[in-house]
Amino acid sequence: MEAKRFPYQLVKTDTPPIWMRPLIPVLILLITFLITAGLILSTRANPFQAYYYFLISPLSSQVSFLEVLVKSTPLMLTGVAVTFAFATGYYNIGAEGQLYAGAIAAAWLGIVLAGVPAAIAIPLMIIGGFLAGMAWALIPALLKVRLAVDEVVTTLLMNSIMAYIVSAILNGPWRDPTSGWPQSPEIAENTMFFKLIPRSRLHFGFIVALVGIAVLWFILTQTSFGLKMRAVGLGKPAAQFAGINVGRTTLIAALISGGIAGIAGVSEVAGIQFHLIGDLSAGYGYTGVIIATLGSLNAIGVFVASLFFGLIDTGAQTVSRAMGVPVYLGEVTQAVMLLVALGMYLLQRYRIVRRA
Amino acid sequence: MFIVEMQSITKRFGDLIANDHVNFELQKGEVHALLGENGAGKTTLMRILYGLYHPDSGVIKVKEQPVVIHSPKDAIHLGIGMVTQHFALVPPLTVAENVVLGYQNSFVLDQNQIEESVTEAARRFGLEINPKAIVRHLSVGQRQRVEILKALYRNAEILILDEPTAVLIPQEVEALFETLNRLKQEGLSVIFISHKLHEVTQITDRVTVLRDGKVVGTVNTADVTQKELAAMMVGRETFGVTRSKATSETAAQKPMLELINLCANDDKNLPVLKNISLTVFEGEILGIAGVGGNGQKELAETICGVRQPTAGSIRVDGRDVTGKSPSELTQSGLGRIPEDRHEGMVVHLSVTDNLVLEHLDEFTRNGVLDHKAIRQYASELIQKFQIKAKPNDITRTLSGGNMQKVLLARVLARQPKVIIAPQPTRGLDIGATDYVRQQLLEQRQRGAAILLISEDLDEILALSDRIAVIYEGEIVGTLPAAEATPERLGLLMSGAVKEH
Repeated sequence: MEAKRFPYQLVKTDTPPIWMRPLIPVLILLITFLITAGLILSTRANPFQAYYYFLISPLSSQVSFLEVLVKSTPLMLTGVAVTFAFATGYYNIGAEGQLYAGAIAAAWLGIVLAGVPAAIAIPLMIIGGFLAGMAWALIPALLKVRLAVDEVVTTLLMNSIMAYIVSAILNGPWRDPTSGWPQSPEIAENTMFFKLIPRSRLHFGFIVALVGIAVLWFILTQTSFGLKMRAVGLGKPAAQFAGINVGRTTLIAALISGGIAGIAGVSEVAGIQFHLIGDLSAGYGYTGVIIATLGSLNAIGVFVASLFFGLIDTGAQTVSRAMGVPVYLGEVTQAVMLLVALGMYLLQRYRIVRRA
Repeated sequence: MFIVEMQSITKRFGDLIANDHVNFELQKGEVHALLGENGAGKTTLMRILYGLYHPDSGVIKVKEQPVVIHSPKDAIHLGIGMVTQHFALVPPLTVAENVVLGYQNSFVLDQNQIEESVTEAARRFGLEINPKAIVRHLSVGQRQRVEILKALYRNAEILILDEPTAVLIPQEVEALFETLNRLKQEGLSVIFISHKLHEVTQITDRVTVLRDGKVVGTVNTADVTQKELAAMMVGRETFGVTRSKATSETAAQKPMLELINLCANDDKNLPVLKNISLTVFEGEILGIAGVGGNGQKELAETICGVRQPTAGSIRVDGRDVTGKSPSELTQSGLGRIPEDRHEGMVVHLSVTDNLVLEHLDEFTRNGVLDHKAIRQYASELIQKFQIKAKPNDITRTLSGGNMQKVLLARVLARQPKVIIAPQPTRGLDIGATDYVRQQLLEQRQRGAAILLISEDLDEILALSDRIAVIYEGEIVGTLPAAEATPERLGLLMSGAVKEH
């Protein structure tokens, strides 16, 4: 009758001890390292050396440090975009498509606005990208609010639709007439984002991203709308009971989210590529989900997480150049880190106790 | 012979003692009721027997052998089966597949063979059911029969039924009772969890009554009346806080809350409130007594604007507020205390946030929160209502009593004309209970009209000026507190009589 039982069990606690907090990021890094070390070893490389190139070497020169900031720019914007939605309990997985919607708008405005002074053209591009991203986010948001259609599915599927739209545009009307490549014509010089530091790739988009972080912080913590968003995200029935219009709050948050993702697209077109191209985004919209989650849905967390992911992206290239390991290792590391982090945040609410 | 003996079972959940040295004995071949109000500890005791909970102390014997039941698997092994209100069936699978699910050891599933063996079992136990039917297409009563068959197929000799009639229509109840009587003849022992007196007297041989986690007594059903059972079930204890007598002789009383032929549906879209008409006057507490699950929750939700009425109207201070949004209701002077503390507050937000959540507009300038005013308001309320928490504490970390104080503060600080208080002391300790009751009495003194909905008859008797009894979504009687005795209320609550 008496079955053998594992002598320890997990028991839920409400408040993790304070000393755990600084320990968690360290543990996340350590466990991620242990897991990915095996993969690195399988490519016959030294994991410690790989991690040096990954995490330390990008910070050791000015050029590569600026590259970290360049890489973090779109991630910061998509991270902010996703946070707006997630904080309200609206799981927008569609930042990728919304980013491309903004990019299309930027590629178009970049030609239409040729000759307009930059001080007017660039704000118009940003507004245009915001509106385009918002418009693309509108359909799933309305479906969610009016008909309770699951937004995870619709926003995700809208990404595929957008990928085909971009491909159709680039292979059809916008195919570059001079090169014949599937890329839109180059945008006018006056609509390109200016460089923050000469001879680097760091552009005005980074400032826009910092503003995005600030706006996120301001709305979430300083406005009544932000409090309503969080109330809806953390307890819909209670928010409703307290008289908050849950549908309206969700809709607005979803639209802001789409708009900011659209700005990420503007930033990549006007700051880096100057064309609309099919692989404008290296999955920035999806990485935004990871960043929002790791940043625990607050502005400072998102800021730190996007810098960190910019570092890993840059490091992945360094490591592959220096040691000949595949550049995909960066993506694998990001994914492993997300899983480890989610596990850690879950497990920190438990204690291990011996069975009675 | 006792087939099950539970001796001195104690089970704590945090500070709450769900079972306090409970003794329970089941004879072979009897139907034994576990009777008690919601929260009396009936389901906890049976979950212990079925291995879903583990007792903190106490001994369980099955067929006179001491046993330790770690899990439902152990329980099934001992011949114990349990059918809960929420069926554990897989809707797209057939009856036969559901019955053998998890009990079939062979890797290959021979459809014909399992259908045959399930048909055979159904015939043997006299449970009429088509084994090829898809569970999704079955009625609730049929699904319950599948659950019972599932337990019997696993050779259950002891069957636990947790409020089995709660989901059934009267005809299905009759069919269930016939089945139980037949199975009893064949030696099955049944534990029947219920709070419905007429069913208990109809189907059971013996009754064990639980109250506040303790056994009040075990009696032969034939020896007691429904009235006596009602008295055992609700008990009569006195509390520290009671209403000061008769201030309600004032001549022209002003009706503050009027419910006129109010009807509403439950979550399954079935009528749950039937033509409820009630008036609560200024400076009065009207208590709604009733056994849990008779429409109390839906009544509170409907008045609070969370559930839409299907007919009838609601008036606050003479103004029609039917169908208004929660914020409009609050503005009209309705103070709404939510029934479920965890659903009435955003427990992951701070105490401060929750205190201002209903009135954000007053603390906002051009969309920006006035953090200074909010902090000041929150500190004042925390002090005034003696909430043991810091303003920035996350609400979830508070004790039940302090959470309830946060809710009371949020509502009472607005000096509402009407207060809806559903189960305001449920799950609270004595100190917090007294505090909440004191606050309600002070509001009454101030002139507020209070609708107190409670399953705790002592609370109703201690606080109310008038008492209305709800039974199956209808008000079956309204009487002045002076005329209300527990016996008279118990009869009304059991649905045995109506007084109008």
